[in-house]
Amino acid sequence: MPVESVESVFPRLEALLPHVQKPIQYVGGELNSTVKPWDECDVRWALMYPDAYEVGLPNQGVMILYEVLNEREGVLAERTYSVWPDLEALMREHDVPQFTVDSHRPVKAFDVFGLSFSTELGYTNMFAALDLAGIPLEAKDRTIDDPIVLAGGHAAFNPEPIADFVDCAVIGDGEQAVLEITEIIRAWKAEGRPGGRDEVLLRLARTGGVYVPRFYDVEYLPDGRIARVVPNRSGVPWRVSKHTVMDLDEWPYPKQPLVPLAETVHERMSVEIFRGCTRGCRFCQAGMITRPVRERSITGIGEMVEKGLKATGFEEVGLLSLSSADHTEIGDIAKGLADRYEEDKIGLSLPSTRVDAFNVDLANELTRNGRRSGLTFAPEGGSERMRKVINKMVSEEDLIRTVSTAYGNGWRQVKLYFMCGLPTETDEDVLQIGDMAVNVIAEGRKVSGQNDIRCTVSIGGFVPKPHTPFQWAPQLSAEETDARLAKLRDKIRGDKKYGRSIGFRYHDGKPGIVEGLLSRGDRRVGAVIRAVYEDGGRFDGWREHFSYDRWMKCAEQTLPEQGVDVDWYTTRERTYEEVLPWDHLDSGLDKDWLWEDWQDALDETEVDDCRWTPCFDCGVCPQMDTSIQIGPTGKKLLPLSVIK
Amino acid sequence: MQRIRLRYTKRGRLRFTSHRDFQRAFERALRRAEVPMAYSAGFTPHPKVSYANAAPTGTGSEAEYLEIQLAEARDPARLRELLDESLPDGLDIVDAVEVHTPSFADRLQASVWELRLDGVGVEEAEKAVAAFMAAETVEVQRRTKNGLRSFDARGAVCRLEALEAPADRPGDAACAILRLVVRHLTPAVRPDDVLSGLRATADLAPPVPAAVTRLAQGLLDEESGTVTDPLAPDRDAAPAASTTAAGPSAAQQVPEGPA
Repeated sequence: MPVESVESVFPRLEALLPHVQKPIQYVGGELNSTVKPWDECDVRWALMYPDAYEVGLPNQGVMILYEVLNEREGVLAERTYSVWPDLEALMREHDVPQFTVDSHRPVKAFDVFGLSFSTELGYTNMFAALDLAGIPLEAKDRTIDDPIVLAGGHAAFNPEPIADFVDCAVIGDGEQAVLEITEIIRAWKAEGRPGGRDEVLLRLARTGGVYVPRFYDVEYLPDGRIARVVPNRSGVPWRVSKHTVMDLDEWPYPKQPLVPLAETVHERMSVEIFRGCTRGCRFCQAGMITRPVRERSITGIGEMVEKGLKATGFEEVGLLSLSSADHTEIGDIAKGLADRYEEDKIGLSLPSTRVDAFNVDLANELTRNGRRSGLTFAPEGGSERMRKVINKMVSEEDLIRTVSTAYGNGWRQVKLYFMCGLPTETDEDVLQIGDMAVNVIAEGRKVSGQNDIRCTVSIGGFVPKPHTPFQWAPQLSAEETDARLAKLRDKIRGDKKYGRSIGFRYHDGKPGIVEGLLSRGDRRVGAVIRAVYEDGGRFDGWREHFSYDRWMKCAEQTLPEQGVDVDWYTTRERTYEEVLPWDHLDSGLDKDWLWEDWQDALDETEVDDCRWTPCFDCGVCPQMDTSIQIGPTGKKLLPLSVIK
Repeated sequence: MQRIRLRYTKRGRLRFTSHRDFQRAFERALRRAEVPMAYSAGFTPHPKVSYANAAPTGTGSEAEYLEIQLAEARDPARLRELLDESLPDGLDIVDAVEVHTPSFADRLQASVWELRLDGVGVEEAEKAVAAFMAAETVEVQRRTKNGLRSFDARGAVCRLEALEAPADRPGDAACAILRLVVRHLTPAVRPDDVLSGLRATADLAPPVPAAVTRLAQGLLDEESGTVTDPLAPDRDAAPAASTTAAGPSAAQQVPEGPA
């Protein structure tokens, strides 16, 4: 590769920065960021979170991989984010390529361009980045001097819609996977890159842990469904496995979290206290694809918080997981941390808390250093019947009991999250959300003896996701979603006694349809994404940039010639026999178990959590050779010795 | 309670730090450096920090000031080092003195600015400067929160001169340096207002945005047009060995721009 191609583009970028909004997001130099000498490294990664810096920087996945890779000798990783349209226009005008913020090197100069997709709505931003980087959009057009474009993150569990545009995808935990990939690339480069791009991709594919779409042919039935997906090279496995890190205490990352100068969406020291969730909520893709549950130990958490706070100076600690109050030692963790940091005015937060795992002792520890402003719970379904269908086993009595204690202990506001458009849902199920809010307020007024009690109801549209029991379910159309929500709104507004105490927030059904198309799409959907990008589509996760009409227009231009349409992907119910686009990506879940769970959902039958009851044979542990890793360890967090 | 005044910089690419960004970064640095801060009372206590007269986003600075209040006394020199280590390179704490005198804000009467005009020859710059300085008033416009606003950019300018760029600049391209001393008045006249004024009076239009750096702030000597170190009175009033400076103070030598 010519040496001049890795020179910093900063001098050219700098001249553009006075003309853009929030230039600080493009300059790098964050505390704890790393710049390694280019020439002393032989495998170089550009890591991208394909959204704006303010959203991408706090992303834990990117931060972890950035640190894991940079710790390795001879390997460097730099970060890049989506540039806002104002800078994109100037970069195109002045011929400045997509750059990393660490040392402003062009993305095209790296060996790997790794993108983390938390959501499918980042796909158009990948196109913008590839295009700005000067990397051909289609994988087949790339040469040996282009980076290997690699997708990861939860959306990568169905990478088919972007199969023509990425060179490979990795599913599951990235910590070990990136190092394995690094070694394969290092060896191939050391040998003088034999066999070109094809060869290195083949070596990756043959590990069984890297999906290389070009090595699989998709055959279709006359009715548009997939007939089969077949490897077209010898040694390429029929199914590609997800990666699972088993001992979280061995991977205490990020150790040195990045502290941005620019304002970002999460400004806190985040510690992942466990990974995976076996509560078994049937709508929840994260819970299904991250099994089994693996806890970080209380002492491991204590150490990470201590080092992380020292390294960052953050004022808040976030204890992250899919359902944080479910950690076997959450009470001791919260109390131990609250004791340690009371003097330092450090706040603690538990972003996801289940109603049935919440208790006031815990809440008191969490709010020792802060105000009791609001509590958030997610019953997800408005009616008892609906909650049985989705296997979110929270009864209304649980909820009322919990909010009753909370209001009795000084809280004044409760926020409730729900979904609309769940399988088998009727208007009645959704209207019961209003009743629940009324009961919460009535209880709050009773317990507190005051009238200034508020309950905010926040509703999102349900999108069926791959690798969940609802992967076969029909999605509710945007029109029906909107109609149902309008009925609920009218019911709440019409309530003279309680209506004014209920806040009502919801999104219209349109973005959910696009998300649904991308979530359960196959390779044919790639043409839609590309057309949307070429029509100017960017930042689809942002209300002010998202255009439903553009997506529908582009879908109409590209899908019918392939014999399908948007409804076919979204509102159509699938049958047991159908080959799903992601069947060759192995999340460990047994497809028959998922189907049984889908049938159980339709029968309104609940399934327990395997952490506390016998195994339900979801298939993950034996298939992936993993097991549940939980406490209690019985250890406590001791006070930190004061050395000043 | 001990109070300490600090001088800090915004250098290189970190000149794009906005004042809000700096505030967050500084408060985190206070935590990392374990500075025993005094906190405000109330529901959400804040460390007691007061900032003076921040330079606009995108302009570099060698002379920004703030004052902190501590719950326990600390050696200013040691505190400066700790805080400097805790901040990213470019946001550097370069001076610290214990407070012994009141009315610090009143001492920030004027600023010295350097404006690097790439692509502009010195003669052209000199001509524009002469036209600007010869004018009684120079009306310019600036977009503010309340819409477009017109004001005089000339009255606040106490000194303005064009210099040859130092020879160590890369390439042979023309480059002029403007040295500007401007009084802090209301409405504030910023370097870009003076550039607008140069454009209005002499059609001076740099092909690339000027690189602007504040070199000093402090008391203005009207006659000589020089600006003196605003921390000097505290330093002079202090008992021996309680002050420090990372380098020569602003009064003795004006730094040569961003590192």
